[in-house]
Amino acid sequence: MLEYTLRRLVGTIPVILGILLIAFVVLYLVPGDPAATLAGPRASPEDIARIAREMGLDRPLSERFVTYLGRMVRGDLGTSVVTERPVLTSILEKFPYTLKLAVIAMVFSVLIGLAAGIFSAIHRGSLIDRATTLCAVTGISVPVFLSGLILLYVLAGKLRWFPTSAFGAEQSLWPLVLPAFTLGIRSGAFLARIVRSSLVEVLNQDYIRTARAKGLSPSRILLRHALTNALIPIITVVALDFSSFLNGSVIVETIFEVPGLGRFAMDAILKRDYPVIQGIVLFAALIFVFVNLVIDLLYAWINPKIREEMMGGAA
Amino acid sequence: MNQALRHLTPAGWLCLAVIAVLGVIALFAPAIAPHDPMETDPLRRLQSAEGYPLGCDQLGQCVFSRLVHGTRLTLMIGFAARLAALLIGLCVGLAAGYYGGWLDWLLMRAVDIFLAFPSLLLAIAISMALGHGLATVILAIAVVGWAETARIIRGATLELRSAEFVLAARAMGAGNVRIILTHILPNCLPLVTVIFAMGMATAILSEASLSFLGLGADPSLPTWGGMVSMGKDYLRIQPGLSLWPGLCIALVVIVFNVLGDELRDVLDPGRKGNWA
Repeated sequence: MLEYTLRRLVGTIPVILGILLIAFVVLYLVPGDPAATLAGPRASPEDIARIAREMGLDRPLSERFVTYLGRMVRGDLGTSVVTERPVLTSILEKFPYTLKLAVIAMVFSVLIGLAAGIFSAIHRGSLIDRATTLCAVTGISVPVFLSGLILLYVLAGKLRWFPTSAFGAEQSLWPLVLPAFTLGIRSGAFLARIVRSSLVEVLNQDYIRTARAKGLSPSRILLRHALTNALIPIITVVALDFSSFLNGSVIVETIFEVPGLGRFAMDAILKRDYPVIQGIVLFAALIFVFVNLVIDLLYAWINPKIREEMMGGAA
Repeated sequence: MNQALRHLTPAGWLCLAVIAVLGVIALFAPAIAPHDPMETDPLRRLQSAEGYPLGCDQLGQCVFSRLVHGTRLTLMIGFAARLAALLIGLCVGLAAGYYGGWLDWLLMRAVDIFLAFPSLLLAIAISMALGHGLATVILAIAVVGWAETARIIRGATLELRSAEFVLAARAMGAGNVRIILTHILPNCLPLVTVIFAMGMATAILSEASLSFLGLGADPSLPTWGGMVSMGKDYLRIQPGLSLWPGLCIALVVIVFNVLGDELRDVLDPGRKGNWA
């Protein structure tokens, strides 16, 4: 297991390097001279040249990339062009909101996904199953900005059950419930389909028939025998969704005014604050890599067969 | 393909019919729309005037005409982005799966890297870096979408590479490129159809999201996502401004999702089961 863990850890290095390279290239492609932008509209050419020198912009590209890598390794994501604060500090400030939102959204998603998926699998082939499946497809297909706006309009605007903005989410979690629900419906709908299909597959296995023949109660068969064996694909989807929530949903956080990472990204985009955008994209990609690593290690730990396959297969 | 059509359920046929109708609307948009979608008139602001089936938006533009022209833009951008993503993914997947070795390792690490980025954020970063425009949006969505395709095609190619008919072709002296083009690629086509249908749904959603955030092709163009965004400030007065284009997006995405699902069940029975 230790060897597998080490191999898997080493395997993420090229991926992380590639992520850093792409973030660097995207920022490099940005039109306009960053030094001129920073210096402001009334700066003289000498000022711009001086700032460019300070930023190292006059150096060759390869040298700039190495300097940039060095900064990233030290955790220095640069400073915001607008607020002149370190990007990492700002990201860590916004992250708790996104984290809270992600956790609540995940609770909704798992509740909806498990309930609808199990219900559908038990009644498979029936009209109820088809209706649930149709709801799930609709849930996946409706863009979050539409469902978000409708929920906001009806539940917060008309019925006034919820606040229309999530500002002030420091004290209570209540303002985060509606945005979390919006995120949760979509991923819950997707999860419902995964739960259904993996359960249906397991329920057709011989050992389920044996359990039934032994006279075990249907609920016991479902929970103890079927669900535990259908768990791997379900965990994968839940973990990947969670990592995408952690990146902060730009759209949901914008609609509901959640002061988290997604809205921070959107503000940075509108203000053309490139170091912040780069920092957020990097942060998000690294979270994804980390979550993936954890899932893989978890699988290998649960199931030694996977471990052997990975070791024997491609490096 | 004929066999696939024969096995479609009524729901699948319905989806195909909806896509056909939308295609016709997209092709003949200028003839179907009663008004110029860009024609503004302060006197008609947020009014439901006669001859304007769904009323007018905050600039006095005909909502119905904008929806019709939006169909054209949405399908066009979705199709172009998906096609580009498919071509890149196909080349990468075929090369990685067929040649294996260090090339496979390198290409698959590239796939890992692109899959690691949050797709919407990456699309936003790209469309910002390259500036506004139709081509930028298409490129941004394609760059985000190719990696998934490459991974699936690679898996299929790996299996096909050691199939007997491929070994036979090689024994008869066929070159690598010839084997890829005449033996492996045709056998990937069913899979490609499925990927394309499902990818259209994702591409259209991405385009709508970008437009909603004001980072689409051009804010004044009648895209559905842009219309939802423009209308959201008038939800209390005229919810239809956001609702109609929003429902259009949902309809198109549902239709492509269901069609992709059905095609997969028919063309690729090995992977049967719902999106697992």
